[in-house]
Amino acid sequence: MSRASYVPFVESERQELLKEIGVNSIDELFSDVPREFQVKSLNIPKGKSEIEVERRIKALSRQNRTDLICFLGGGFYDHYTPAAIDAILSRGEFLTAYTPYQPEVAQGTLQAAFEFQSGICRLTEMEVANASLYDGGTAIYEAAMMAARVTRRNKILVDCGVNPIYRKMLESYTSNLDMQFECVSTNGGTVNREKFLKKLDNSVAGIVIQNPNFFGCIDDLTDIIDAAHNVGALAVMSVYPISLGILKTPGAMGADIVVGEGQSLGLPLSFGGPYVGFMATRKKYVRKMPGRIVGITRDDQNRKGFVLTLQAREQHIRREKATSNICSNENLCALASAIYLSLMGKEGLKEVAELCADNASYAYYKLLEIPNVSRAFKSTFFNEFCIKLPCDAKDIIGELIDKGFAAGFPVGRYYEGMENVALISVTEMRTKEEIDNLAAALESVIRDW
Amino acid sequence: MKLIYEKSVPGRRGVQLPDCSVPPHKARIPSSLRREKSAVLPEVSELDVVRHYTNLSRKNFSIDTNFYPLGSCTMKYNPKVCESVAKNEGFSRLHPLLPQLRNGGILTQGALKVLYNSERFFAEITGMAEMTLQPMAGAHGELTGVMLIAAYHKSKGNNKKRILIPDSAHGTNPASATIAGYSVTTIPSNKDGVMDFEAFKKELTDDVAGVMLTAPNTLGLFNSHVTEICKLVHEIDGLVYYDGANLNALVGRVRPGDLGFDVVHLNLHKTFATPHGGGGPGAGAVGVIDKLRKFLPVSRIEKRDDGTYALNYNAEDSIGYISAFYGNFGIILRAYAYLLMIGADGLREVSDHAVLSANYIRVKLKEFYDLPYDRICMHECVFSASRQMKNGIHALDIAKGLIDLGFHPPTIYFPLIVKEAMMIEPTETESKAELDAFIEAMKKIAQEASDNPEELHNAPISTPVGRLDEVAAVREMNLSAN
Repeated sequence: MSRASYVPFVESERQELLKEIGVNSIDELFSDVPREFQVKSLNIPKGKSEIEVERRIKALSRQNRTDLICFLGGGFYDHYTPAAIDAILSRGEFLTAYTPYQPEVAQGTLQAAFEFQSGICRLTEMEVANASLYDGGTAIYEAAMMAARVTRRNKILVDCGVNPIYRKMLESYTSNLDMQFECVSTNGGTVNREKFLKKLDNSVAGIVIQNPNFFGCIDDLTDIIDAAHNVGALAVMSVYPISLGILKTPGAMGADIVVGEGQSLGLPLSFGGPYVGFMATRKKYVRKMPGRIVGITRDDQNRKGFVLTLQAREQHIRREKATSNICSNENLCALASAIYLSLMGKEGLKEVAELCADNASYAYYKLLEIPNVSRAFKSTFFNEFCIKLPCDAKDIIGELIDKGFAAGFPVGRYYEGMENVALISVTEMRTKEEIDNLAAALESVIRDW
Repeated sequence: MKLIYEKSVPGRRGVQLPDCSVPPHKARIPSSLRREKSAVLPEVSELDVVRHYTNLSRKNFSIDTNFYPLGSCTMKYNPKVCESVAKNEGFSRLHPLLPQLRNGGILTQGALKVLYNSERFFAEITGMAEMTLQPMAGAHGELTGVMLIAAYHKSKGNNKKRILIPDSAHGTNPASATIAGYSVTTIPSNKDGVMDFEAFKKELTDDVAGVMLTAPNTLGLFNSHVTEICKLVHEIDGLVYYDGANLNALVGRVRPGDLGFDVVHLNLHKTFATPHGGGGPGAGAVGVIDKLRKFLPVSRIEKRDDGTYALNYNAEDSIGYISAFYGNFGIILRAYAYLLMIGADGLREVSDHAVLSANYIRVKLKEFYDLPYDRICMHECVFSASRQMKNGIHALDIAKGLIDLGFHPPTIYFPLIVKEAMMIEPTETESKAELDAFIEAMKKIAQEASDNPEELHNAPISTPVGRLDEVAAVREMNLSAN
């Protein structure tokens, strides 16, 4: 028998079990399955040893260009992950535990999730948060559906500054539902007040806005949120959690549902996942919120403990009437984020955000010194900005790959008419030298164009 | 234990950041766009953090420390090599937007090859024509699957409104069908524990878009009508969905596609041994038959004639974007490593021993607990605590009693169709000695239930906390640190 299937039985034990069951062979146990539907073999290679598998995967990993200096963001960032995170996540007691439905043997998972919820609340200045959703994109979809549930309306206004991939997800998920979406184009890189006000009426369930938005621009969105509230709509705001180290919070702006992608809080880029979505709201809407929630309670000896609570919203209780179909969330990733927030702490998170902003600021003005490079927007930005290039950004970024840079994202990929615009992201990982080298490389590419 | 917030000491630091290497430009972001007060995060040292979370971890049961006979959850061993390969920097530092740069696919050939090969493996295992690996959990796979069913009917102009689901299904099935825009009709189970065939036929009218089945079902039973059900659904141009939560019973031996299923989802965190993480991240690959291929979500991974891999975003009939990128790549990579390790022969051993072990537990315990469906089971068996109820002992008490004996409880009160259900799934990775120890523990509890029921009501007593007041939790709604 192959040792690698992780099956610990030896032949004598197998025979013993068969005898106890009262059958002669394992095949007999499958007698309910018509024989003609049982396959003889599968076209899958024979099992390999650990040495061979490691070698194979290492070889594959070398075919990925992670050596490029990363100025690529677009909602997913190359931040530092402190070593302690991985050390803690590797503990089997966290890694290989089940969903905490039996709270007495899951207090570790539950308390950590509670601390994650607390961190999200404090970061966003909101009242309650859930224990995670899949990612930033599905979190926006869940928030839009939640706004519709709360208001019993079905129209959602989405700002075009919201990550275009997330907007596409929103569209896909609701294509068979009685939901209506309208995208509102931006103005100078930020929310177009005039257009929003014109579209806001009492048929609108919610508005979806993002800060910083996809172009990296930041704004105080209090006025547009107030306007939404004036027609009885909810304001859904997607945020970049690192930016909240210094930026005005969605809570302070009056947002009703706050969502975001938590990758920047201690998770590797990992080619798109696993990441972690988060959602926070006001206490009065908590029963309409999707996803698991952990709360504090007491046992019969009055000892404090943590449990999954408000479960009457969820699919395993409510089935077709649940607020969402979500079951598994991204618990271990939420744990990583809770640890990240603890390690960074009050001062550290602020410093990371300042470092990102300062590095980006330096890069912005440095790149604008290059002939034929100009600003795309006048708005203030956090750690990501748009610049206008003399030709298609896609081609220039392509050239810069040969010089060792993932220099940014060609905005024209998602925005018509912005083919010459590049979105450039700068985190605390980048040094002055790397930024100077990017500027020199860009200058030479443009010069030789 | 105190919250990490309660261990905070003003001024204490956990992480040292580099000095700013550029001339700082703090005035650029005006104060009107800045937060008024810093977020009140913990101020603790690295050791404070490491000790806090390490000590928290010790309050958990886990596969690495305890046996989880948890029905329909397939809590098998998670091989460590799958963890170590996923930490490879060539994958962990890979930006998901890289393929969208000019000729960017060339920059991520290793990752695309992992995805392509995984898709081929899963297609072979399920008997499907094509896969998407994008869904980030089982329920997300269900939603994707039902969206694919809807796209098919839309393309054919079929006006179908209902999805049929047996009453033994997981709650995610009806929830997923509903949020995809369908109304759900529940079909009762018959006395043999499988979907009532007559009731099903009566409900199977032209307005049925599809049927969602779990095979084997949540009682661990294989419905021998399954191929006939598929045929009947196809006759009205409906589609049959296979919920792969219980694939561990069949993997390597039976392919849902051969039985007639049209859409399949897999839980990589069950059958394919990726860790559960205390509730995720998981991954929920979805497979479809040929005629549904064109509806799969974008992007699609393709192999070019020159042997390289590329992403295709131009799928006219696609249901669109269900994930920002390629799904939970890190989890897919772990499952890929697992498949490379065990190979086709290993897969067959998985289901063989998962079923063997479940039947062993079934015969060894049926003398002590009621077994409502007493027949050969597949990878799990469902007992009832109805006999113990006479002494005032419920499934919950038995579950809590098991904790004191070092075992994670079985799934209890599910499936809903069994009174006081205890659903036991041992998986293939537990040894005979471990199974025997569990059987002894269950016997001991059965004995205690008749001799000394009061003791069981107090269980567990060995854990950091006893039974918690869930009603108070709902009432008080204490959901974040003050």
